[in-house]
Amino acid sequence: MLDLLARLGHNGLKKLEAFGSAGIILMQSLIARPQPATMLPLVIKQIHFVGVLSLIIIVVSGLFIGMVLGLQGYTILVDYGSEQAVGQMVALSLVRELAPVVTALLFAGRAGSALTAEIGLMKATEQLSSLEMIGVDPLRRIVAPRLWAGFICLPVLATIFSLVGIFGGALVGIEWLGIYEGSFWSNMQNSVDFSEDILNGLIKAVVFGFVVTWIAVFQGYDCVPTSEGISDATTKTVVYASLSVLALDFVLTALMFGDL
Amino acid sequence: MDSFDDVIIDIKQLSFSRGERAIYDNVDIQVPRGKITAIMGPSGTGKTTLLRLIGGQLMPENGSILVDGKDIPRLNRRELFKMRSRMGMLFQSGALFTDISVYENVAFPMRVHTDLSEEMIRDVVLMKLHAVGLRGARDLMPSELSGGMARRVALARAIALDPEIVMYDEPFAGQDPIAMGVLVNLIRRLNRALGHTSIIVSHDIQETLAIADYIYLISDAEVVARGTPEEINNATSMKVRQFIQGLPDGPVPFHFPAGDYQSELLQDS
Ligand SMILES: Nc1ncnc2c1ncn2[C@@H]1O[C@H](COP(=O)(O)OP(=O)(O)OP(=O)(O)O)[C@@H](O)[C@H]1O
Ligand SMILES: [Mg+2]
Repeated sequence: MLDLLARLGHNGLKKLEAFGSAGIILMQSLIARPQPATMLPLVIKQIHFVGVLSLIIIVVSGLFIGMVLGLQGYTILVDYGSEQAVGQMVALSLVRELAPVVTALLFAGRAGSALTAEIGLMKATEQLSSLEMIGVDPLRRIVAPRLWAGFICLPVLATIFSLVGIFGGALVGIEWLGIYEGSFWSNMQNSVDFSEDILNGLIKAVVFGFVVTWIAVFQGYDCVPTSEGISDATTKTVVYASLSVLALDFVLTALMFGDL
Repeated sequence: MDSFDDVIIDIKQLSFSRGERAIYDNVDIQVPRGKITAIMGPSGTGKTTLLRLIGGQLMPENGSILVDGKDIPRLNRRELFKMRSRMGMLFQSGALFTDISVYENVAFPMRVHTDLSEEMIRDVVLMKLHAVGLRGARDLMPSELSGGMARRVALARAIALDPEIVMYDEPFAGQDPIAMGVLVNLIRRLNRALGHTSIIVSHDIQETLAIADYIYLISDAEVVARGTPEEINNATSMKVRQFIQGLPDGPVPFHFPAGDYQSELLQDS
C-alpha cells in the first residue's frame, strides 16, 4: 500500500517535471528576438508540411461528416416536419464543435505524430547536437517554426473543414433528400451568429492548434533517442493530444456556451 | 608531466559520471594551441563524452574546462553559442542534416554565422568538398551517401568556417585506405597551414601515432598515459603496451564492467 502511494507520488512528480520542462521549451522557443528573415522561410516550409499536406484528409473527412450530419439530421427532423432546419443544425454543429475538434484530432494523428517522429529522429541522429555545436539553438531553428506553423494552420484547416462539411450537408439535404434550397440556406444564415458561433469555433481551433503542436514538439524533443523511444513518443503524442483536445473542448464549451 | 607553452584547452579536476558509473574522476587534460592532440582509449571510456564536455553539451559535476581562458560550464547561453562558433565538431555518426543537400549542409555554418555573398559561399563549399574528394556529390541528399562519404561531408562541414578548434570524433572510421590517407593529410595540412588546434579521437593507432603531436590514453576514468608519439610508443607500462599492440589480455579491460563470468553462467536465472 505504502509502495503504491510512493509509486503514485513518484509518477506524479515525474509528470509534473515533464510539464515543467515542456513549459520551459515553449518559452525558450517563442520568446526570442524576432528574426523574420530567417524565420519566415522556415515557418512557410512547415506550414506546407503540417498544413497543406493535411488538406486532403481534412477535406475528405469534412465532406463525409457534413453528409452524415445532413442525413441524420433529416431523419430526426422530418418527424417534426422541420426538415428545413437541417441547414441550421449542420452549420451549428460543425462550426461550434465538430470542425475544431475533429480537425484537431486528425491533425494530431496526421501532423502531430509526424512532427514528433521527425524531431525525435533528428535527436537520435545527433542532428540537434550538431546544430548546437554549430552555434544554432535547435529550439529556435527546429521547434519554433513548427509551433508557429501549428498555431496558424489549425484554425485555417478547421475553417475549411466547416465549409466543406456544410457543402456536404447541402449536397445530401438539397440534392438528395429534396429539402427546399431557399429555406435550407436562409435558416442557416439566420441562426449562425458571428461572434457567438464562428469566433468561438475559431478560438477553439487556435487553442487546440497550440496544445497539439506543443505536445508533439515536446514529445519529440524530449524522447529517448532510440527507435523504441521514438515510437513511444509518437504514440504518446497522439494519445495525449487527443485526450487534451477532448477535455479542453469541454472546458471551452462550458466557458463559451455554459451560461445559455 | 610535460607542460606546454601555450594551452588552448585546460581541463582541471574534471569529474563526470553517468548514473553510478564514473566516466571521469578528477582528470587534468591540457590541449596545446595549434597542435594535433589525440585522445585514445578503449571503447566506452568516454572519449565522445569528453568532446561533448568541451563543447558545453554536457555539464561536468566538478572541475573547470577552460577554453581560451573561458570556463565553459559557467558561460551563459549566448556566450556559449558564441564560443561554439569558434569550434568545429565532427560527430561520430556524421550527423548531417537529412532534409538538405550535401551542398547546403556544408554551406549551413556560413549562412548562420557570416554575411558572405552567395558566390563566396559557393566557392568555399566547393573548396571544402573538393578537399574531401566529394565535389561531385554536392547535389546528393545525405540519404544517398555511403557511411564513409557521409563522414567526409560532415568533416567538410566541420571545417567550413575554419574554426580555431576542430574536434574529430573518429574521422577515419569506415574509410578505405586511400580516403584514409587523404584525410590524414587533410587534417595535418589544416593544422600546419591554418594553425587549427585539432583534437582527434581515434582507434586507428598507426594513423594517430603518425599525425598526432601529443597523445592522451584514457581508461577507467583517468588518464593512464600521456606524451608524444615516441614516448607512447616506447612506454613500458603494460597498459599502454597492451593498447598499442591490441592484445586482448592485460590490464586494460576489454569488457564493460560486469560480475564474474563463470558464476554468472552457472547462476540460475
Ligand atoms: N546518454 C547516455 N546515457 C547514459 N550513459 C551514457 C550515455 N552516453 C554514453 N553513456 C555511457 O558513457 C560511457 C562513455 O561513452 P562515450 O560515448 O563517451 O564512449 P567512447 O569513449 O566515445 O566510446 P567509443 O569509442 O565506443 O565511441 C559509455 O560507457 C556509455 O555507456
Ligand atoms: Mg565515441
